[in-house]
Amino acid sequence: MTLTKSDIVENLNNEIGLNKREAKELVDMLFNDIKNLLSEGHEVKLSGFGNFQLRDKSSRPGRNPRTGEDVEISARRVVTFKSGQKLKESVKTLTNESD
Amino acid sequence: MKVNKKELIEKISRNQDQLPHRDIELAVKTIINCMTQALSTGDRIEIRGFGSFSLRYRRPRIGRNPKTGKTVNINERYVPHFKPGKNLKKRVNKGTD
Repeated sequence: MTLTKSDIVENLNNEIGLNKREAKELVDMLFNDIKNLLSEGHEVKLSGFGNFQLRDKSSRPGRNPRTGEDVEISARRVVTFKSGQKLKESVKTLTNESD
Repeated sequence: MKVNKKELIEKISRNQDQLPHRDIELAVKTIINCMTQALSTGDRIEIRGFGSFSLRYRRPRIGRNPKTGKTVNINERYVPHFKPGKNLKKRVNKGTD
């Protein structure tokens, strides 16, 4: 199953009684703010969950897998996520509960 | 610069005038719990325009304590993985030029 924004809105409504409109606005604001901060070059740390970090990658030679043509992959900045200790602990034992 | 959860909550709080600060704080914590809960039961998370979180399987392996050199068995496990969405990727990369 996949958790989406509407599930998070539903959960906020059930757990803390925000109405759906308030909850939706809040969820949108949270993810937009994280996105804006990252695009302004700030890293975002959510203790207990994880850190969104930025990495500057230099250009490197690559190949178009379809045509086999050599192309240069341009220098770029990418987002990486480092999960926090608490999140790591909560997911690692999944194997004991399912499959 | 690094922005932590507290600062993020303050930023959200400043940009709206409907909910008191402590409700925002509670809401953000509830959202994070909800996401942790989803991943811990094996669900993926998909946030349009932002990215998706899923679990990756790691085989059991024999590792070594780098300090003592002693071998240790590392159990199979799942680790969280984040894949940035198209819009996030584009926005972050644009910030560099």
